[in-house]
Amino acid sequence: MSPASRPLSAIAKTIRSKNAGVDHITFDVIFPDRASYDHVRHSGALSPAAICQVFGIAPQRLTDHVEFDPAFAIKFTIAREGASGSLGDGDLFGSQHYAPLIDIPIPEPAG
Amino acid sequence: MQTATSLANRGLRILCPNGHLGFAPSRRGSFDNGIEAAPDIVACDSGSCDIGPVPLGMDGTASPLAWQRHDVEMMLLGARPRGLPVIIGSAGDTGTDSRVDRFVDLVQDIAREHGLPRFKLGYFYSELSRETVRAKMTAGQTILGLPGRADLTEAELDATERIVAVAGVHPYMKLMDMGADVIIGGRSSDCAIFAAPAIRKGYPEALAYYFGKVMECASFCAEPYGGKESILGEITMEDVRVTAMLPEQRCTVASVAGHAMYERANPYYEHFVGGHIDMRDCVYEQLDERTTRVTGPRYVPAADLRVKLEGSGKIGERYVGLVGIRDPYTVARVDDVIAWARRMVQERFGSEGYQLSYNVYGRDGVMGRLEPLRDKPGHELCVVVQAVAPTREMAEEICIMGTRQMFYARLPDVKGTAGGVAFLLDEVMPASPAYRWTLNHTMPIDDPMEPFRVHMTEAGI
Repeated sequence: MSPASRPLSAIAKTIRSKNAGVDHITFDVIFPDRASYDHVRHSGALSPAAICQVFGIAPQRLTDHVEFDPAFAIKFTIAREGASGSLGDGDLFGSQHYAPLIDIPIPEPAG
Repeated sequence: MQTATSLANRGLRILCPNGHLGFAPSRRGSFDNGIEAAPDIVACDSGSCDIGPVPLGMDGTASPLAWQRHDVEMMLLGARPRGLPVIIGSAGDTGTDSRVDRFVDLVQDIAREHGLPRFKLGYFYSELSRETVRAKMTAGQTILGLPGRADLTEAELDATERIVAVAGVHPYMKLMDMGADVIIGGRSSDCAIFAAPAIRKGYPEALAYYFGKVMECASFCAEPYGGKESILGEITMEDVRVTAMLPEQRCTVASVAGHAMYERANPYYEHFVGGHIDMRDCVYEQLDERTTRVTGPRYVPAADLRVKLEGSGKIGERYVGLVGIRDPYTVARVDDVIAWARRMVQERFGSEGYQLSYNVYGRDGVMGRLEPLRDKPGHELCVVVQAVAPTREMAEEICIMGTRQMFYARLPDVKGTAGGVAFLLDEVMPASPAYRWTLNHTMPIDDPMEPFRVHMTEAGI
């Protein structure tokens, strides 16, 4: 039997994405308190490797990955395939790219 | 009203009503609260590269003139009768020369209409010609690509329609030295608009730039979420304090620290002409229910002076078509339908000299190849067809063909043989020309004022 889990959206306070300049999209996953922040970052569910797998990208497209204690946030940035607003870009502001993070399963803490 | 005694004991206060003036109207109530809280300056930013390369390329705007007027009027009428300076940076979304001129006209119109007492109106231009940039390249200097971008080539420069340089604090400080009461800035770093008056008053650069960083998006640094509300910031010799002006909002440690990350690839660094700030050791403290205090940013001067350039180049004229698909067999083979339409266009126009693009909404229209669920399309799809070509006539014809030929796609076992897709309209729509970001680079300069031209005029009666 697989251990119980909850989706990231049930734990995080904010899950968002936005342009960081014209060539990158940055993602902020912000937690309500130290305990949930620590639990998720130690779970590995938002590790660089896990994120590359979710979006199907090569590791070099993940340009930043920071655990930002003052805001209880995990933040990462990916290089866009083409600059924002290039022909065919469907998300000029990069503001809907967070959707695949919502349902990432986070294993429940042991005990 | 503030007394002279309390003024002597406090820092510099700036009221910021909006993170992007004109893009959506500022909210009135929290601005009025802010004016009552006795700010020393009213300031905000009016630009963003989030709106894409089209406005810069066309020298147009993403915001209605009426909304820009609404906010400029609100700021002037709140500030000028009290003798407060007003600073607006990156005028009119792009900060091009024509947008600065438009805002200068707006200020003069509003001042005349309301009979505001005469004041000095300073402004500066940020646009650069291709030839200015080319001269640097000819002199052997490199126009460095920002992370992920190649250094600038002459071909890419030639493909560029319009360029703005992103100003630091320098043109703002220069105009204040010249006695400006109101400043309209060309393209600028958001933080410079707030940092300039603070540095000029003698506050530490590290705190001054952090002050700008935290203020520039107005109520985005407050919670609960709600844009376009005013915030009041105060800088002292020791700290920066930010307070939400909407009674329902608070600037908390979480919201202010969270905002440090916003729109930045990395939450610890903010770059501008002349250096950057390092926010790794920032300390956030809740001062009262609606105010957070920040200490600890560091200022790191740059070893060499470089200015960021933004440039946009035209791809061509553009038309847009819309196609609906409901038959599950066709939904599953939408790529074959698109391939058929592309082939028909190719038979008539060849494979070069135009661009044809398909976004398949209901499958991966938003995220393209980054979409993890692209193998699980919905029960109906909307395909947005964009055709881009050198002339409007050619773009229109390619768009009609690239759209209508989806109707005639030949799928082997399709049951419906009276038309393979659904049309919302049997026409295609003209759109703005297509542009692309050609410059996201930095250029070496000898003086921080080099790319910027300051001017002074007057407004009011």
